[in-house]
Amino acid sequence: MTTSTDIAPRLASAGYVADDALATALELTLSLQRPLLLEGEAGVGKTETAKALALALDTKLIRLQCYEGLDASATIYEWNYQKQLLAIRAREHDGQSADAIEKHIFSQGFLLRRPLLKAIGQAKSPVLLIDEIDRADEEFEAYLLEILSDFQITIPELGTIPAKSRPFVILTSNGTRELSDALRRRCLYSYVEFPDHARELAILKARMPDIEEKLSESVIGFVQQLRKEDLEKKPGIAETLDWAAALCGLGVKSLQDDVAKVTGTMICLLKTETDIKSVPKEAVSRLAGKAA
Amino acid sequence: MAAAAEQTAATRLTDRIVGFIDHLRANGFTVGIEECGRIAAYLAARQLTRMAQMRLELKTLLTGSKEEWLRFDDLFEAYWLPSGKVRTNQKRTTSPHVKNPLRQTPMWRDHLADEHRSDGDAPQIESDAGSEPSGDASGRLVAAKRSVDRKTDLKHIADPDEIREAERLALQLAQAMRYRLSRRHRMARKGRRIDLRRTIRHALPRGGEPIELFRRATPDRPVHIIVFLDVSGSMKHYSRFFLQFVKGLVCSWMHSDAFVFHTRLIRVTEAVRDRNSSRAMTRLALMAEGFGGGTRLGESLATFNRTYARRLTNSRTVAIILSDGYDTGSPDQLAEELARLKKHVPRLIWLNPLLGWRDYAPITAAMRAARPHIDHFAAANSLESLAAIEPELARL
Repeated sequence: MTTSTDIAPRLASAGYVADDALATALELTLSLQRPLLLEGEAGVGKTETAKALALALDTKLIRLQCYEGLDASATIYEWNYQKQLLAIRAREHDGQSADAIEKHIFSQGFLLRRPLLKAIGQAKSPVLLIDEIDRADEEFEAYLLEILSDFQITIPELGTIPAKSRPFVILTSNGTRELSDALRRRCLYSYVEFPDHARELAILKARMPDIEEKLSESVIGFVQQLRKEDLEKKPGIAETLDWAAALCGLGVKSLQDDVAKVTGTMICLLKTETDIKSVPKEAVSRLAGKAA
Repeated sequence: MAAAAEQTAATRLTDRIVGFIDHLRANGFTVGIEECGRIAAYLAARQLTRMAQMRLELKTLLTGSKEEWLRFDDLFEAYWLPSGKVRTNQKRTTSPHVKNPLRQTPMWRDHLADEHRSDGDAPQIESDAGSEPSGDASGRLVAAKRSVDRKTDLKHIADPDEIREAERLALQLAQAMRYRLSRRHRMARKGRRIDLRRTIRHALPRGGEPIELFRRATPDRPVHIIVFLDVSGSMKHYSRFFLQFVKGLVCSWMHSDAFVFHTRLIRVTEAVRDRNSSRAMTRLALMAEGFGGGTRLGESLATFNRTYARRLTNSRTVAIILSDGYDTGSPDQLAEELARLKKHVPRLIWLNPLLGWRDYAPITAAMRAARPHIDHFAAANSLESLAAIEPELARL
């Protein structure tokens, strides 16, 4: 079993800077082996958490992206029909009985494993990321509850398949709809917020080690101020990194000196028309002044 | 001896933690037996470390939603720190089915204009000159034109032509929304896709020749409609007509629910479904006692979110609010409750009869607060304008 106290440095070595709350939540997920539900606005790094955890534990990341209308054949398993049809033909040529053929084509070799089945079949506990669970419908949520409590899957042709190892489950939700109380109660919970100044700076340094000290300070200061503005869609961490890369690429040394260029790069941070309109050049210059 | 001392210390700590869980419950948290078990497992597993660490661990273990997450720190400090804050005396809810209103924190306050509009609920048109009704978008409704009698007794609007027209329209509206196709597939005789699993299974005894083709189709899933009708004083010219409209909708549409609200919310689905039209109107008039009073939309929606939302809504629910947006409650609360409602229903439609008036702009504090949460905002001051929203609904 993983010793739980050292998860934060291990995440850091995987390039992910976690705050205390998230590090604690991950520790508990590992030690109690319970699913973790991460909620928060888009762009705060929920999905990234799972990726970093997989990297830190040196294990596989299995991802299930949810969408409306998600069904069993996309989440658990599906038979490989083309292969089955071919096998029937080939075997028939050899004059095998129907029973034998049936036994053959409904065996492990013809099974297409979808994320949930894949996750319980790993020798080493993988990280199972169930992304944007709020997009899936209630039926899937109910089914997921069953999987999360038993960690076994029944296939009529093959019987029940128990888990070889228990995956570490991370669910993310953007809160577009209410999740059921039952699901919430099965999970540990953590609300992920936008990183504070120090943490975002650490993330930027971890991802872009070459960036100049002064520029990185003012980039983070700027973004932190920008998030306080009245925006439709606040810039996430990925946007900050994009923007920093754009500024470096354009050779901007200081935000204040080159307001025109900086305004041009705002498209990295602001993703809706109204947001771009609401932050004109003057506002950029004001924010840059504050950030410096 | 030392071991015994440690033992008592540990017991005392366990007691304290049990007390803390009690404290959370008293403050409206949903902490079930399972969570308690989780805490016990956690206590058994490891030594407690620093206070800050323990706070984060308990936070992860005991909270279940954003509201709880945000309130946890205050409650933690109140319980564990000597200079704790005084606990506000709140209603005890331990049942996971009861949503304690006190668990709700103002989420949207930062995003809203903070002006309060506490004056009356009469429709005040912003410019005097513009208040003259014009052309088709007449402020006086077709229904109101005929019934000179403006008593709040709903029986008097039972003009057969009007009712038929309104019900016909409602039926069309309902048909437009009838099926939102699901993407899920199910076995069907005449489907678009071939069900390979069954086909292959049945092909086996025939030497692998897929003679019989089984098909799958997307099942029809009806939209569920919830109508909220404003029956306050400012809506009195419209509400009687809209009631017919709602009746048409609810009668022709199995998956629907109707609510009326003024200062409080009343579920009228059963009354509206009454086949006998005039008896239905009488029942409604009795139920909606206080027709023509003020409006508290925010509070009414809060009632809905708390008591009905979990049960009545699903991912195929369309909520339709019929109101002029003159609200005597606080716009903050309205926005907050709409945001909550929006989490329960994927589509929110607001039909505002005043929108058809010339020079009317939805600038009341309530309307402005509500606007960001509305998917479709349309006029509804005449039969024509109601008919005009049909194509919009068909797109759902």
